Amino acid sequence: MSKKINSASTLQRTIGKWWPVFMLPVLICFVIGFVWPFIQGIYLSFCNFRLVSDATFVGFDNYGKAFTDPSFGHSFWYTALYAVVSLVLINVLAFLVAYALTQGIKGSNLFRTVFFMPNLIGGIVLGYIWSMIFDGILSQYHTSILLNSTYGFWGLIILMCWQQIGYMMIIYIAGLQAVPEDILEAARIDGASRSQTLFKVVIPNMMPSFTICTFLTLINGFKLFDQNLALTGGQPFIIQPDGTTIKTTEMLALNIYNTFYGSNVTSQGVAQAKAVIFFILVAGLGLLQLSYTRKREVQQ
Amino acid sequence: MDGTLKGDQRRKNILSIILAILCVIYVLPVFEVVMNSFKLNTYVKTETFAWPSGEMSAGWQNYANGVAFGSYPFWQSVIWSAVITVLSTVLILVCTSMAAWYIERVNNKFCKAVYFLCVFSMVVPFQMVMFTLSKTADSLGLNTPWTIPFVYLGFGAGLAIFMFVGFVKSVPLEVEEAAAIDGCGPLRIFFLIVLPMLKPTLISVGILEIMWIWNDYLLPYLVLDINQYRTIPIQIQYLNGSYGTVDLGVMMALIVVSIVPVIVFYLTCQKYIIKGVAAGAVKG
Repeated sequence: MSKKINSASTLQRTIGKWWPVFMLPVLICFVIGFVWPFIQGIYLSFCNFRLVSDATFVGFDNYGKAFTDPSFGHSFWYTALYAVVSLVLINVLAFLVAYALTQGIKGSNLFRTVFFMPNLIGGIVLGYIWSMIFDGILSQYHTSILLNSTYGFWGLIILMCWQQIGYMMIIYIAGLQAVPEDILEAARIDGASRSQTLFKVVIPNMMPSFTICTFLTLINGFKLFDQNLALTGGQPFIIQPDGTTIKTTEMLALNIYNTFYGSNVTSQGVAQAKAVIFFILVAGLGLLQLSYTRKREVQQ
Repeated sequence: MDGTLKGDQRRKNILSIILAILCVIYVLPVFEVVMNSFKLNTYVKTETFAWPSGEMSAGWQNYANGVAFGSYPFWQSVIWSAVITVLSTVLILVCTSMAAWYIERVNNKFCKAVYFLCVFSMVVPFQMVMFTLSKTADSLGLNTPWTIPFVYLGFGAGLAIFMFVGFVKSVPLEVEEAAAIDGCGPLRIFFLIVLPMLKPTLISVGILEIMWIWNDYLLPYLVLDINQYRTIPIQIQYLNGSYGTVDLGVMMALIVVSIVPVIVFYLTCQKYIIKGVAAGAVKG
């Protein structure tokens, strides 16, 4: 034991002073690409500014404005609704496909290849592929996906199902294959029916896969941007009596983007405050997932 | 016994047929894009699901027009996307694997703090830093395809370091110790002993980075000088954003051009891609 500590420290001594070679490139870039923008972002959310150089401190003003902005509230509820609906649909369908693919049928590999393929296509491209298809269908009825927010919502759900079912399917397949063979054997000998085996044996044994996929779809739903921008871009718009605009299919990330870079922006501080709120929301979900998976791991 | 076996076989056949139908539905959107890429603009919207024959057909004209002509020919976007993806991925793989090994092997307070920051950065959405990051990158002159890899390294370091540290933990110390005692320098230990053992993780991380960077829209859009440099997603969004003037036939041709390399990449490295994605999901 003491020998191990000794020799480990030989290695430590040898490489310890080499940190400028091993660490410095990453550290410099990490500060430029993450640490500094993050700190500056927190600070600027308390400021009024058009340019970073002339920021004036205003306290919690921006947060108050962000919370009372009707378009922000609308995009939050729209995003939450989207996230919940897509979570349920994607996970149920992905599990069904994964279960079917692990039954030892012919062509499983080919099916898996096809179902996973849309994952590699980028969000912007996906958005325009589907807007062409939806408009092709809807133009028969003299309307368009840009004219009706209900079409926009379900269009996005269909698009995301098409993209993400394959991804979640891979995780579920891994979970299904990890269910110990002897438990399944025991269930078979005890005369359990197929559905009993599925609900009483298989599903309880792959709860970690369900946790991962649930949180992944939830967080992906909240962070969605590219597909939202390309498919509808927030259209159709509703002009409120007081002159403000509600973009009916605009999700949180797009709302923040438009508050930063939209055409009549008065203060980017409000946008930065929205971004901080968004960060707290997404990070909260991420930490919840982490603690949840940790607890599961301890139990096993 | 014989009866249940037969029933089992029938059940499997029905399942096969259902999945095959689902597969066809899954491929249809891509097929639609390919079909419409051979149609004239006016017919894409009205005759979306018709075969591109007769007066509807544009032949290869859409491809020629889209890829080679216009104010910003598409081949330039393909090149910039490729340059950025390759440079960024190589830079991330080399730098973060070195840093992860150092963090795990030295493991002092400083290393622990950096590791904690990396894990933290994984839960921060891009919108949180997009404004300040693009301003910082701009003021440092990182707005070209040759320098944007440093921005990608900075913003993407978290996941890569996290995955590499997880793997280095499982690599036995003994060989490295022996090499250190024999007087082997850190760089030789890393590149000759550690890096070859990291190969599976290098492939997984590399694939995750390639998929992210090739398809990324917002980061390069905000950081790059888009009058000069437009990646594929930027150019596609740019063309569609110019209200009403977009030629849908040409657009479909460009989409085909942009997904063909992705599909070729997928079919050649499928095994690694699926493994890499599963690893990234379980950890991230």
